[in-house]
Amino acid sequence: MARLFDILGPTMVGPSSSHTAGACRLGLLAQAIVGGTPERARIGLHGSFSMTGEGHGTKRAIVGGLLGFQPDDPRLRESFAEAREAGLEYDFEAIDLGEDAHPNSARLEVRLGAERARIVGSSIGGGRVRLDRIDGFDVRVTGSLPTLVVLADDVPGTIALITGMLADSGLNLATMRVDRTGRGERALMTIEADNEIPETLVAALGEQDWVIVPVDR
Amino acid sequence: MFRSIAEWTEAAESRGSSLPVAILEAEEKETGAEGDQIRERIRETLAVMRAAVDEGLSSTEESPTGLTGGRAKRLAEGGPSLLGAEFSAMLSRAIATLEVNARMGLIVAAPTAGAAGVVPAALFTLEGSRGWSPDELVDGMLVAGGVGAVIAHRASIAGAGGGCQAETGSAAAMAAAAVTYLEGGTPEQVGQAVAFTLQGMLGLICDPVAGLVEIPCAYRNATAAIQATAAAEMALAGLEFPIPADEVIDVMGEVGRKMDVRYRETALGGLAATPTGQDIARRAGMSELVQLQRRGSTAGEGSARFGPS
Repeated sequence: MARLFDILGPTMVGPSSSHTAGACRLGLLAQAIVGGTPERARIGLHGSFSMTGEGHGTKRAIVGGLLGFQPDDPRLRESFAEAREAGLEYDFEAIDLGEDAHPNSARLEVRLGAERARIVGSSIGGGRVRLDRIDGFDVRVTGSLPTLVVLADDVPGTIALITGMLADSGLNLATMRVDRTGRGERALMTIEADNEIPETLVAALGEQDWVIVPVDR
Repeated sequence: MFRSIAEWTEAAESRGSSLPVAILEAEEKETGAEGDQIRERIRETLAVMRAAVDEGLSSTEESPTGLTGGRAKRLAEGGPSLLGAEFSAMLSRAIATLEVNARMGLIVAAPTAGAAGVVPAALFTLEGSRGWSPDELVDGMLVAGGVGAVIAHRASIAGAGGGCQAETGSAAAMAAAAVTYLEGGTPEQVGQAVAFTLQGMLGLICDPVAGLVEIPCAYRNATAAIQATAAAEMALAGLEFPIPADEVIDVMGEVGRKMDVRYRETALGGLAATPTGQDIARRAGMSELVQLQRRGSTAGEGSARFGPS
């Protein structure tokens, strides 16, 4: 079900909820995953994003998102200049993700220090977005809830251990998804929570050598 | 939020409550936010809407394509005002928001950016003459939001999903419901206003020239605000549309699903694919789009791959 402020909103810099606000949110999700404004971003635009994106400020919106600007931030208009000041290097390419991909899709490859991520996401209408892939794993992240992304070794007991830690932290889970590259290899867990993810939990999971990324809208 | 206008009305009446309070309570339950916080956020939303209208009416700055910009001001300051000053003001306010939107100004998508002009045009034009208080305006927005949520659930609020009827049609239904409620209409009359609005906008296609949220969007927002007002007036006079709002919404959803993809925001049909529309797209640097328009118009089928919302 749509929430009230999905209908009476978002408050946003124009001109298109999907091509501008949604594009900005995809950039925001990418920067949240690497934990800050990346130093380097390679941005692939698919379908309608590639073809009519110019007139909709799609490129400026994605770069603005990578800088941490929200969809209603007027600096989106000048995001290329802001990126130069922030030391964000970026380039764009037209890509084809295939017939099955949503027409408004983008692939973002970002790097911040040792952190790297390659995400594929779509702008699904009204400014709402969905991440479909992170580093080759299938995911379904909307960014509308506090989200943990945990990369772990696929060994017995890992999920139980992590969910136990989540329970101890008092977190109420909304959704949870696991995908793995192969048996006994790497597994990616995405956990959407109803309440804010406590710093202590992030720290505790971090000590276990899992990559922890709270993604918040 | 509710799955139907009937369910919403029932929820409000069974508890001796009102339509806006039922929405407020549903939103509180779903998000955990306090009612006062929600009302405050609506006040902030209204302030952004108002600023966009004011900016659009005072500026002559054109969009990058030159297709819009300065037209709202021209309309507000000239012309014959055939049906009085408020009618002209409502048209120009709707265009103002879309002109601000087209040049990357700050707007509120209600329910989408492409239909952002309708609700503010109707509410801000009538609030003065009808004497609505700021708190009442918040109630009106809650009613508008409730209608939009029902339409999003039963049909679509995206041009890509259901054409322009789903965007400016939904926005007009939201505005009509708000106006009807604020004028003392019963829940049944609010539903009537939704039905009266949508019956007049069924089948409206989404055909943005050059794929941009400018033409015809700016002018469709203007006429949609007028349709909303007309619907509210008929509902408040006690006229009854015999098909209930929920069923009219379902028809809108069905028409949208059966609409050819060329008419669902792909910019491959309708006004976008006319010879002049193609010229404009070419001048805007969208030669790839023009090639697809040509192919689509001769092959008799479009591609669902392109378009804004």
